[in-house]
Amino acid sequence: MAEWSGYLTLILQGALVTAQLTLMGSALALVAAFAAGLARLAPFAPLNWLATVYIEFFRGTSIFVQLFWVYFVLPFAGVSLSPLMAGVLALGLNVGAYGAEVVRGAILSVPKDQYEATIALNLTRFQRMRHVIIPQALPLMLPTFGNNAIELLKGTAVVSLISLSDMTFQAQVVRAQTGSTLIPFVTILILYFAFAMVITTGVKALERRMTRGLDGVR
Amino acid sequence: MADPIIRIEKLDKSFGTLKVLDGLSFEVKPGEKLALIGPSGSGKTTILRILMTLETITAGRIEVCGEPLYHIQRGGREVPADEAHLHHMRRHIGMVFQHFNLFPHKSVLENITLAPMLTKAEPRAKAEARAMELLDMVGLADKAKSMPSQLSGGQKQRAAIARALALQPRIMLFDEVTSALDPELVEEVLLVMKRLAAETDMTMLLVTHEMGFAHEFADRVLFFDKGCIVEEGPPDRIFTNPTQERTQTFLRKIIAAGHRV
Repeated sequence: MAEWSGYLTLILQGALVTAQLTLMGSALALVAAFAAGLARLAPFAPLNWLATVYIEFFRGTSIFVQLFWVYFVLPFAGVSLSPLMAGVLALGLNVGAYGAEVVRGAILSVPKDQYEATIALNLTRFQRMRHVIIPQALPLMLPTFGNNAIELLKGTAVVSLISLSDMTFQAQVVRAQTGSTLIPFVTILILYFAFAMVITTGVKALERRMTRGLDGVR
Repeated sequence: MADPIIRIEKLDKSFGTLKVLDGLSFEVKPGEKLALIGPSGSGKTTILRILMTLETITAGRIEVCGEPLYHIQRGGREVPADEAHLHHMRRHIGMVFQHFNLFPHKSVLENITLAPMLTKAEPRAKAEARAMELLDMVGLADKAKSMPSQLSGGQKQRAAIARALALQPRIMLFDEVTSALDPELVEEVLLVMKRLAAETDMTMLLVTHEMGFAHEFADRVLFFDKGCIVEEGPPDRIFTNPTQERTQTFLRKIIAAGHRV
């Protein structure tokens, strides 16, 4: 039993790496999603193109390949990242590309009426977005953002390829050393599920908060 | 006679191949209360939307408060206005919409204070004091903290009127403001507008199907059909003794539908 507690510690250390990757990756994904989503809607063509190229590239190629590029190819261009940073960058940009379309869709689904009211009240473009459009678009984005965050959590398993010891990597180590497949993989199954539950619960709570007072509208 | 506050010259507006306004010209004097009536699709709402810069124009020229609305001088020539110029011009104009368009995520009070605080950099205390005065005027002082979803249609529209007034525009546009209301809620909104017309020197343009109200409210009535003004004049004459056949037909239909004139 004592040796199992050692192996469990190993897996929990991996869980910490997975949690870090998920949190930091989600934060970057959120920023990238808003930047690219808003850029696609901006009344300035070069910004639209730039955002479209980013979105199509990161959605159209595999996370696996992107991670290799970030970690093994970028150093040739003089940019060396730690495995954690490389993981965060690849995961964040990948999921952010999906999120950008969510941001764009949600903003476009705010009724045109609302937009016209902001013009009649003479708000600037920035003020319209900041005070009226985005606050109403956010509750529409949240459920999909929750999905994306869970996808990102599960995607973290690929980082073992660049020598990061995440939860899945550690489970493999334990399996190799003990010969038991069941115990390490049941453990990480439960841990992944618990992480996903935390995300789901958090997003639900946010949704409740943001839609307060909005019930029955439109 | 005072210079017109709005001057529209040979205005054309097309949506694709559909011509909505066709060489339209008219002027509005400062403080004048103008009612725009006519069958649906006659272009009357489009005029308000163009004045609020919610649409673009196809051809022609508009002056508001002595300045061109859709044109600016650049290099000695008139060129289409940019967003900065439109922003500058919108200060003069406010609009109340058929469907209220209140911001559902903000309280009634916040709906009213938002624009003054953002566009005029008014301190919160001042904006709120003024908002409370306006809410008092439209009879909604007790609803300041309510969310729009908690109000009836008539209350929503009165809140929307207060919101438009908060910026103190010189010209106010009312676009079928009672059309989306249940019949029993129409009166409370019209009462507010009557008071407003009596107590302020704001220029008001009203698009409406409430002929009785247009009769009482307006100094002058423009009857529109197919993007042109068919007939215009003081309400007493237009409603009791229209000279054009199209005006007569329209008014007969409205009366047959049970509206009072």
